[in-house]
Amino acid sequence: MAQGLSRDARQGLTIVSPALIFALLLLAFPLLTIIAFSFWTQNFLEIDRTFTLENYSEALTDPLYRALMMRSLRIAASVTAVTVVLAFPIAYFISFYVRPEKKAIWLFLITIPFWTSYLIRIFLWRVILAFDGPVNGTLMELGLIEEPLSWILYNANAVVITLAHAFAPFAILPIFVSLEKIDRSLLEAAKDLGEGAVMTFFRVTLPLAMPGVLAAVLIVFIPTVGDYVTPRLVGGSGGTMIANMIYVQIFDLSNRPMGATLAVVAMLTVTITLAWAILHVRFWVHLNDRVGGGIAGLALAGAAAVVDVGILWWLWTNGADWFGPAGVLGVMAAIMAGGAISIAVFLPKGRWGI
Amino acid sequence: MNLDMNSGPLISLNGVNKYYGDYHALRDISAEIGAGEFFSLLGPSGCGKTTLLRAIAGFEEISGGTITLSGKDMAGVPPNLRPTNMVFQSYAIFPHLSVEQNVGFGLRKSGMGAANKARAIGAALDMVGLGHLGGRAAHALSGGQRQRVALARALILKPKVLLLDEPLSALDRKMREDMQVELMKLQREVGITFVLVTHDQEEALVMSDRIAVMFEGEIAQLADPEELYRRPATKRVADFIGVMNFLPAQAGERLEVAGLGPVDLEGVISPQGAVSGACSVGLRPETLSLLYDGETARSREVRGVVDEVVYYGDMTYYDVRLDGLEAPVRLSMRNTVGRDVLDVGAQARVGWDPRAMVVFPD
Repeated sequence: MAQGLSRDARQGLTIVSPALIFALLLLAFPLLTIIAFSFWTQNFLEIDRTFTLENYSEALTDPLYRALMMRSLRIAASVTAVTVVLAFPIAYFISFYVRPEKKAIWLFLITIPFWTSYLIRIFLWRVILAFDGPVNGTLMELGLIEEPLSWILYNANAVVITLAHAFAPFAILPIFVSLEKIDRSLLEAAKDLGEGAVMTFFRVTLPLAMPGVLAAVLIVFIPTVGDYVTPRLVGGSGGTMIANMIYVQIFDLSNRPMGATLAVVAMLTVTITLAWAILHVRFWVHLNDRVGGGIAGLALAGAAAVVDVGILWWLWTNGADWFGPAGVLGVMAAIMAGGAISIAVFLPKGRWGI
Repeated sequence: MNLDMNSGPLISLNGVNKYYGDYHALRDISAEIGAGEFFSLLGPSGCGKTTLLRAIAGFEEISGGTITLSGKDMAGVPPNLRPTNMVFQSYAIFPHLSVEQNVGFGLRKSGMGAANKARAIGAALDMVGLGHLGGRAAHALSGGQRQRVALARALILKPKVLLLDEPLSALDRKMREDMQVELMKLQREVGITFVLVTHDQEEALVMSDRIAVMFEGEIAQLADPEELYRRPATKRVADFIGVMNFLPAQAGERLEVAGLGPVDLEGVISPQGAVSGACSVGLRPETLSLLYDGETARSREVRGVVDEVVYYGDMTYYDVRLDGLEAPVRLSMRNTVGRDVLDVGAQARVGWDPRAMVVFPD
């Protein structure tokens, strides 16, 4: 077999093999175990290894699991939106306004939060957002509020705030890199051709920074859906996410198969959501290009995004009345698959390699 | 050239100064550029030519003086509101847009309908010979094609002035020579003013109606190409434009040129006025000639030894050490009858003419 490989390929395999073996042992093997467990059942202290889809049926129809899964997606989406929207101006500032020799220092400053442990940072947020914490104290002192805000801790908002802070550097860096790569003469060319600062941003800077924005979205969204520690510490009951339920199943209720099933469902949900989103971004960009970009293009693409997400949201919240709790999943799957497949088949790959 | 000086100059530069901190990048630049003129800013890198071009475009704020365009002071007017368009050195083609979208980029505020826009884009692409490439993605273009797109994108807006920042420097030699001719044709066709920045003196001589030679932020000479080549204002300009041999000389009643002997001052070109005392005499290589056996000089001749032979195909350059001179002089011969016969070390007779001499005070 080795004869079939070129010298370069063999060298490459040698270089990756330690990491590959490590990944196979520590990622693939546990993953396969989880998948196997998800088809089994817990029989008190023993595992009943008869194949069954009972767990999946329960995971997909039980209102509690469905609510937790949807909340996880919603919180992750909020965190992603907040993080990327706040990260963009910071990345923009560093790339465009900080002198080249100072940029390294600024990037270094952005990583300072990593100097303390993730856990300690979450505890600090618990202090900051507390009933008698500095946020409430300051706002009361200033007379902006009469009594402490209760919606900033032990609920979903607290999870969003804490995660957005924790993931900010992961969003800033890819956006910064994509902004750095923009040839500044392109911005001058846009001005030379008659555009002011705002339209130059929307017609040149933002489209060229999109690869960084998309990378930031993926980097923030994927890990936050399954985050466990933050919702556990600052989420209260209203901020509990799917990972917390997986923990409860496995460790508190000793139902490892159910926990495994929820984990598999969570992974599939993230994969399907992202695949759907990426293909629909291709569709939205196509709509934007159809009308020649600019404000009109952004408006059309935005409207299409709202409609696409809105249809799925409506089905999720009201569809059960029409199609039943299992039927609505089928309808949604059909719509998502139909849309995604027609985009993949009929629209050519556009910008940013998607 | 279609100079129209009657309506006043299109661009007036009056005492333009630019400082970067302590660095004086532009020193008291004054010049007038007419409508329809092909004007070049020529100089070595760092002479301020690009800064001046960018100041006209509005990308650099000047520290002193005024720039007026069709009589309007441009102080504080941003680039997007100036009647100028630019072809950038890197071409600055938008990589996320197609060729058509690049060319039509500036038409957003034109108020044209979609059909009119498409027609204008098609016409602009035809003008630069890219009519067949409209739908192509910008990143799939070659260097020459990118440049044409940049030209079409600027010209479609019908600017009063087209500014070109070293537009040919990224192209290979053959392509560069073709584009020089095409740019000249294009300029005659559209009839607008072109201001070109270049460090290539040959390019400037070929294309321009007038050339401003710049050194260290100052205009050293502003003249048409022939004047610049034949009567360079200073020794430095003479050295920068083409090749020139400099021979030490003494001016008195007559001009005593080292290696060549006495010459009447009358007939010698003297751009800086009458000279006396130590001076330098400049002679272009093509004004000197090798004399073969049986040939006599049209004017005067001198003896020397061939020091170096550089063969160029159509021409041969000879470095000849004249009797009584330290440094060799360079002369060029057209290879009309194949390669010439003299080799390194051979005795040579060199014909020269006092009327080709340019004299500069030392």
